[in-house]
Amino acid sequence: MNLLKSIVMGAATALFAVAAHAEDMKMSVTTSFANSGLADVLLPEIKADTGINVQLLIVGTGQALKLGAAGDVDAVLVHSRPAEEKWLTAGNGTHRREIMYNDFIFVGPSDDPAKAGAAEKATGALQAIEAAKAPFVSRGDDSGTHKMEKRLWTAAGIAPEGDWYRAVGQGMGAALNTASGMNAYIMSDRASWLKFANKGDLKLVFEGDPILFNQYAYMPVNPEKHPHVKHDLAEKLEAWLVSDKAKALINGYTLNGETLFTFNAKTE
Amino acid sequence: MVSWLSAEGLSVRRGGRTLMGPVSFDLTGDGIAVVMGPNGAGKTTLLRALHGLERRRGDVRWGDAGLAAGRNQAFVFQSPVLMRRTVLDCIAFPLRLDGVARAEARARAEVQATRVGLRVDLGGAVEDISGGEKQKMAMARALIRDPGIMFLDEPCANLDGRSTCEIEDILTQIRDSGTRIMMSTHDIGQARRLAGEVLFLHQGKLEEQGIGDTFFDAPKSKAATAYLRGDILL
Amino acid sequence: MSDFFGGIAQAARLILTLDPDLAEITLLSLRVSLMATLIASLIGLPLGAWLAINRFPARRTVIALLNGLMGLPPVVVGLFVYVLLSRSGPLGVLGLLFTPTAMVIAQVIIITPIIASIAHQAIRELWADYHDLLISLGATRRQRLITLIVDGQRPMLTASLAGFGRGIGEVGAIMIVGGNIDHATRVLTTAISLETGKGDFEMALALGLILITLAISVNLVLHTLNRTERGSRW
Repeated sequence: MNLLKSIVMGAATALFAVAAHAEDMKMSVTTSFANSGLADVLLPEIKADTGINVQLLIVGTGQALKLGAAGDVDAVLVHSRPAEEKWLTAGNGTHRREIMYNDFIFVGPSDDPAKAGAAEKATGALQAIEAAKAPFVSRGDDSGTHKMEKRLWTAAGIAPEGDWYRAVGQGMGAALNTASGMNAYIMSDRASWLKFANKGDLKLVFEGDPILFNQYAYMPVNPEKHPHVKHDLAEKLEAWLVSDKAKALINGYTLNGETLFTFNAKTE
Repeated sequence: MVSWLSAEGLSVRRGGRTLMGPVSFDLTGDGIAVVMGPNGAGKTTLLRALHGLERRRGDVRWGDAGLAAGRNQAFVFQSPVLMRRTVLDCIAFPLRLDGVARAEARARAEVQATRVGLRVDLGGAVEDISGGEKQKMAMARALIRDPGIMFLDEPCANLDGRSTCEIEDILTQIRDSGTRIMMSTHDIGQARRLAGEVLFLHQGKLEEQGIGDTFFDAPKSKAATAYLRGDILL
Repeated sequence: MSDFFGGIAQAARLILTLDPDLAEITLLSLRVSLMATLIASLIGLPLGAWLAINRFPARRTVIALLNGLMGLPPVVVGLFVYVLLSRSGPLGVLGLLFTPTAMVIAQVIIITPIIASIAHQAIRELWADYHDLLISLGATRRQRLITLIVDGQRPMLTASLAGFGRGIGEVGAIMIVGGNIDHATRVLTTAISLETGKGDFEMALALGLILITLAISVNLVLHTLNRTERGSRW
């Protein structure tokens, strides 16, 4: 029975070694933000300046808001304005603070068979893809990115359906993997695309239309609804996120030489 | 002579069906009591019922009070029960149940292993030894509590001639040392060689009880006559 | 194929440089799954053994249920535990969501039926083998249970290892209840999922190879320990 005893002792030691940190707070963020790599720059600075250890829950916008509504996180950082406002109206958060924006781009086969790159506007690029019935991969997961894509299709006057339109129901990375495998068009946030390692024959085909700008907003969870949330930490984090230091870090963050985010928080 | 074991109306029923009996007999002799009969005659059931492994009806009386005690009885099954242990620890197991310390139990197990003539690595796994050696291990295990009576159910059923011969030698030696033996067999030759008293079962009933040679030379019942002549197989 | 060999090279590099992040998530993987296996074994092994040797009216139903639960989809278990532990759920006040404890709870639910089911199967076979011998030797209920547990150590270890294997390779449930938080609840499987999402197949494969190596090593170590122990037992 010595064997059993040593297993018990080892496991017990292991469990108690997981001690809680005093200044932990949880924030749900979207996959696109986490994939950009900006978090890896910001989090250590936040910890150094404020003593807050921000734990990120990387999920889709829908789930990020849901976690906040359930009180399972202390704040959320997402990018889907209509959903954010609905969430605030339901009393889930105290307020909404715009922090920064990045942009979406269209990615497609390197020879661009639908000539989407020649379009002037984002809606024109989508119309070209639909006209050519070129394969297009959609996130189809009700995430912020997916919602943005649906708004663009509507703006282009198209209800996308047919064999060429593939909704995969997965995160950005998985959707990019699918597009790479099918050599299809896809809409992605710039950061996820730049970080994406499995590009295959894909390349960036369209960018720059202001309609593609993607606003990130920070929203603390309402302490009146969930008394246990660390609202003081959430406020401290907000103050840091709109500070000049954050501005410099966000604007200065580049990936492969490209700037990804533009800081646009207004001081109150 | 005083009987050391007698049964009165002994039967075993299962699911409303009578598997064996009712049978009545007295055993009085010093020799080995052999239960004979064709396959399915109820030999195994009779031995198991006497030992207490089957729910039984009727009376069983032990002439010698000591024999009635469970720990004074031992049973050797037709196919030896192999524990997931070494040969030596298998033999020592009954003593360990009695609370005997491991070292002493092993020492006494070694004595029994020698007594039955086990020629294997006693520290090896019991699954790895031959059929004959397995049966000897089972006999050593049965002997280790120094039982007053030992039941054996077809101990040589699956063994070759040489192993059978060795087991029979051990059986006579055990008998000579004073332990009562009651065993079943359907091997007529073996029964002839070993039997002091014979119980002949056929279709769950006791057809005839006799003394060794007398029974074999002049069976009284029709069934036993036919069986000894080789006419009954089932 | 370049991803494949790149993955092997990457795995070697991470291991040889003792990458601190890798060490952290590997240790957490081990911690969570070993703890879950321990708790699930403490519940599942006695339950399996108990089901094997006891007869009661609902026994078949319980066993069928247990076998059915072996196929529980981890995602569903994760969702179930999430709903329980969420601040808005019945156990929300405990504040366990997104902690290693929540991951242990989810894994316990997933692997207990597996451990209990395999243990039940193994002990039932052992009990069928040992039944007559233990009754014949007059073993008490307690002695019977102890004997089955001691001799069933190896199959029960196998049961626990099967549970561990399922646990350490599981991603659906711990992703939901752990949240894959860097430096807090990130384990090998959730890290693999993350790297795959980033399209970094090389890193994902490297982590996968480390996971497989780890699972095999734990199996080998426990089997070796068990074998060395065997010689000195009883």
